[in-house]
Amino acid sequence: MAAPGAHPASETSTPPDGGILFVQRARVLTAEDLRRAHTRIAHEIVERNHGAEGLVLVGLYTRGVAVARRLAADISGFEGVDVPVGVLDVAFYRDDIGRRSVQPLGPTEIPVDITDRIVVLVDDVLYTGRTVRAALEAINELGRPQAVQLAVLVDRGHRELPIRADYVGKNLPTKATEDVRVRLEETDAGFDDSIEVWGPPDAAPVAPPGPEVGA
Amino acid sequence: MKHLLSIDDLGPVGIEAILDLSESFSEVTQREIPKVPALRGKTVVSLFYEDSTRTRISFETAAKRLSADTMSFTISSSSVKKGESLLDTVQTIEAMGIDAIVVRHHAAGAPHRIAQWTDASVINAGDGRHEHPTQALLDCFTLRRHRGPSLAGSRIAIVGDIRHSRVARSNVKAFAALGAEVTLVAPPTLLPESLAGWPATVSYDLDAVLPDVDVVYLLRIQRERAEASRFPSLREYTSRYGLTVERAARLKPDVLVMHPGPMNRGVEIAAEVADGPASLVREQVTNGVAVRMAVLYSLLGSSSAYPRVDGMRPTHARSTDAPKEGAR
Repeated sequence: MAAPGAHPASETSTPPDGGILFVQRARVLTAEDLRRAHTRIAHEIVERNHGAEGLVLVGLYTRGVAVARRLAADISGFEGVDVPVGVLDVAFYRDDIGRRSVQPLGPTEIPVDITDRIVVLVDDVLYTGRTVRAALEAINELGRPQAVQLAVLVDRGHRELPIRADYVGKNLPTKATEDVRVRLEETDAGFDDSIEVWGPPDAAPVAPPGPEVGA
Repeated sequence: MKHLLSIDDLGPVGIEAILDLSESFSEVTQREIPKVPALRGKTVVSLFYEDSTRTRISFETAAKRLSADTMSFTISSSSVKKGESLLDTVQTIEAMGIDAIVVRHHAAGAPHRIAQWTDASVINAGDGRHEHPTQALLDCFTLRRHRGPSLAGSRIAIVGDIRHSRVARSNVKAFAALGAEVTLVAPPTLLPESLAGWPATVSYDLDAVLPDVDVVYLLRIQRERAEASRFPSLREYTSRYGLTVERAARLKPDVLVMHPGPMNRGVEIAAEVADGPASLVREQVTNGVAVRMAVLYSLLGSSSAYPRVDGMRPTHARSTDAPKEGAR
């Protein structure tokens, strides 16, 4: 396992709005931490739903898909049940179409009829909640699930809608000016699994990784 | 990108971006409820100065599946009959508050002119003998689905009335942009006076070309052309340039046959070939809706503050919730 900081990324990069250089402020979760978080979430999903029957994991493009597949593999490992994994692109349901360039990330594909099943939406970062709102609308058009739950690796706060996650890898208080970067082997070639906080260099560093703050 | 007037507006990168986007919409069109709210509140007007069934219905279906409102304007039932000018018609439509105009006009360049008059996005649905870009895009999409992600090295013969065909013009550009080798096959009288700048080779002899091609793209032959002495008779045309059952038997086993419609069965294409396993004709029509959804979405789905010509491909280097990149 690589030590924190020993990854091939450069130490600075340009933020989306251009201009200021972003620097890495903290590596919040390492590959080992992420593995444990996945395992815990997988167990919580099965525990909450009294088994894995009738579940569908639906990953949101792009990294939510990788997370959903990992959760399904974990559940299959300890529960012996193969939970179907779907992929969902919420682009056409976003509320900011026309305000910015919203590009679809890939075709939606859900291998089973979601009606009367328990759908667990899976994403990497929960932020404003607008992506999840769009996902709920998209799910609604695909069928009528018995229930919809939400699993995320990181909840970074700053919600703009009344949405909360049922399963959280890590609660990570951030500033809106900061950037939470999730890297997963499946989606980010050349990187170790990690979650880092990046931000403008002058800002004070965020608290170092501590014990879990609830879940 | 504000308008789609010509395949030249896109270039290879833009074409591929539209085709990638079309894959997403193709999935949408196969759903039980084939509709997404992406263009809710937008209004798309089809302004057709020439008869068309499939193109107009295809565009209107595409707009409706994006939840846009549609209005249809056909000259037979409009004040154009009373002598209203194109400019007045466009200004009238625009005054109603619309977001896109889909234009078909018998005069080449009419959509370009309209684009200068209006703030709405203009989509060329066929102008004179000039271009029909969405037809080319749907043909590329259909071919790409059968011949892998790239058309590089695919040999495509476009057969028929090249001279009068806007489909040929757009398709030659689009096929060539994606790396295909295009051969135009027609009698000299049905070729343009000059082929300078066309990224294609020319042959007068269909039988010599057929054994090597991967795709045969047939164009509609209009009866009036025979009357104008472009060729002696439809029968003679068929015997030299029609894809008859006998000719089809000499094609490569995995060859694909395409036609933009409407077909003259028994003239440029035999009915048995049109309905045969190699024919993609119906698939072209099906894909047309998804591709036109992609075009409408590309033009109307982004604000003018985010122009994108080559930047249409999803870039996902960063991994935070998307909205913060623009919609704080």
